[in-house]
Amino acid sequence: MTALVLLDHEGGQIRKAALSAVTAAARLGDVHVLVTGDAALAQAASRIAGVSKVLHAADARYAHELAEPLAALIVSLAGGYDHIVAAAGATGKNVLPRAAALLDVQPIPDVVSIVDAQTFVRPIYAGNALATVRSSDAKKVLTVRSASFDAAPAEGGSAPVEAVAVVDSPDLSRFEAVQLSDSARPDLESARVVVSGGRGMGSEEKFHALDPLADVLGAAVGASRAAVDSGFVPNELQVGQTGKIVAPELYMAFGISGAIQHLAGMKDSRVIVAVNKDPDAPIFQVADYGIVGDLFDVVPQLVEELKK
Amino acid sequence: MKILVPVKRVVDYNIKPRVKADGSGVETAGVKMSMNPFDEIAVEEAVRLREKGAASEVVVVSIGVQQAQDTLRTAMAMGADRAILVLTDESPEPLAVAKVLKTLVEKEGPSLVVLGKQAIDDDMNATGQMLAGLLGWGQGTFASKVDVVDGRVNVSREIDGGTEQVSLALPAIITADLRLNEPRYASLPNIMKAKKKPLETIPAADLGVDMAPRLSIVSVAEPAERKAGIKLGSAAELVEKLRNEAKVI
Ligand SMILES: Cc1cc2nc3c(=O)[nH]c(=O)nc-3n(C[C@H](O)[C@H](O)[C@H](O)COP(=O)(O)OP(=O)(O)OC[C@H]3O[C@@H](n4cnc5c(N)ncnc54)[C@H](O)[C@@H]3O)c2cc1C
Ligand SMILES: Cc1cc2nc3c(=O)[nH]c(=O)nc-3n(C[C@H](O)[C@H](O)[C@H](O)COP(=O)(O)OP(=O)(O)OC[C@H]3O[C@@H](n4cnc5c(N)ncnc54)[C@H](O)[C@@H]3O)c2cc1C
Repeated sequence: MTALVLLDHEGGQIRKAALSAVTAAARLGDVHVLVTGDAALAQAASRIAGVSKVLHAADARYAHELAEPLAALIVSLAGGYDHIVAAAGATGKNVLPRAAALLDVQPIPDVVSIVDAQTFVRPIYAGNALATVRSSDAKKVLTVRSASFDAAPAEGGSAPVEAVAVVDSPDLSRFEAVQLSDSARPDLESARVVVSGGRGMGSEEKFHALDPLADVLGAAVGASRAAVDSGFVPNELQVGQTGKIVAPELYMAFGISGAIQHLAGMKDSRVIVAVNKDPDAPIFQVADYGIVGDLFDVVPQLVEELKK
Repeated sequence: MKILVPVKRVVDYNIKPRVKADGSGVETAGVKMSMNPFDEIAVEEAVRLREKGAASEVVVVSIGVQQAQDTLRTAMAMGADRAILVLTDESPEPLAVAKVLKTLVEKEGPSLVVLGKQAIDDDMNATGQMLAGLLGWGQGTFASKVDVVDGRVNVSREIDGGTEQVSLALPAIITADLRLNEPRYASLPNIMKAKKKPLETIPAADLGVDMAPRLSIVSVAEPAERKAGIKLGSAAELVEKLRNEAKVI
């Protein structure tokens, strides 16, 4: 059996989450990958350990991974594959369901575990339940959670690169612009340590109180929806049911109450720390270590201690 | 220009879902149900487009049980003009929902279909994209801003590393993300008015769509419960624990 993995990229780099999709696909069979964009991306794809062939769609119409042409391309390639896989990020979730509909397949999103070639585990109800589902479709189309599969090594492979033919598709959509947050910090979804702030941070300016802590820990910064909606930080930092799903070694929540929608995005972290001035905040029910207190006192003290 | 908004009745987002003892699913009997929060955002956006003069009519549709009427009435109290209930006892998968919606789109002829980006019960995040594929329309998913101008719709999309803008030819599909707008509360007079707005019921069987599920549920289980840990008195104690007990730093 052979699986085709759509390798998504952003800012000229293959996304780390796509490497987890390669690992998941390797459980299902031989791994071919499809990548768009320039030759450097195809070269990077060919070096990923475990990949046996790279399909490169160099045409400019695919460069921005627009769903309409890319889904049509995947459908044209689908014949040779039993599984079509992508990371459960913005690109995979945009493109794969469209391709699945064109193949008359019900997609299986957010897979966290592979039971066998047709049986998969996925969270439903904001992670409050885990459904094991079996697909009767001839082809399986799935997106996988990067927090549940280790990333395949980015180096070590030497797969051949094959150019794929353009598929004619009507001009339905046009890419206009993109604004990426240029953060020097590690990627939220793959960071070892995540430091998150909620509404309790108070303001955009005061949210920066977390910066020195993230600096000493080499951590990514995350946030609750309330912090995003209040304009403290941009939306791509949101952790939760409808934001990023993270499972770092250490997740530290400051001024976050612990709503189920937030917990859905971080409760699989190995160690959880919560700092909240309300002793009854639900976040303490999932935290391994808690401090009841004002975060603006605790954070600088933590930085002091960590520097010792 | 007509706008179609599919709305789904789901377990209210404030309720903590419970897995049924026999592992066949999540308990929905006797549980408070509401409109999927993303669909409230979709309805709000459609109503605002009509209020701005960019659209002439907002039609809401739900595919589900008889009680989904309540969800449709709520949408009409928010400002939708009329409603269609496609009646079924099953809970159809996104592929089936998309096929049903396609037949309704062909009948109603909307220029825009605005859906929620995901339903908070099954968290599939698929129906809008699938409908767009079946119709051969453009799709603006995870929308945080929507502008209809000169026969096109410009959409800001929330992506992994930031925001992206795309421009779509009409007709098109939009799926609403959280920050697209803040849905209004329906006022009492509008709730009363909504009771008189037209609601058409169509048995799903009449549409001749193959709704057979492709996924079968093997089991539904509670995830491993996390236990509350310990409360500490100081930052120094915490750092000591993280270093020597949890060994994460
Ligand atoms: C459909 C839907 C999807 C959602 N998706 C998400 C999602 O993906 N992610 C998400 O996070 N939320 C999501 N939410 C929102 C969620 O329900 C909560 O509203 C949100 O998580 C609350 O954020 P918060 O904990 O920062 O704010 P609050 O609940 O207001 O909590 C703030 C906390 O800060 C504490 N605090 C205040 N000041 C201090 C201080 N100085 N020191 C210490 N502690 C302090 C308070 O005691 C309080 O516990 C969603 C909601 C819906 C309806
Ligand atoms: C593994 C699994 C477990 C399930 N368990 C249960 C269960 O325990 N209880 C149960 O009742 N059902 C269950 N179902 C069926 C389920 O309720 C859904 O109807 C179906 O999976 C649709 O997925 P979604 O709503 O997450 O779609 P999404 O693609 O997330 O929905 C996106 C948008 O599509 C629109 N939409 C979706 N469905 C409808 C609809 N019916 N009418 C109008 N608009 C709609 C809305 O605008 C919505 O915001 C299960 C299905 C699966 C695959």
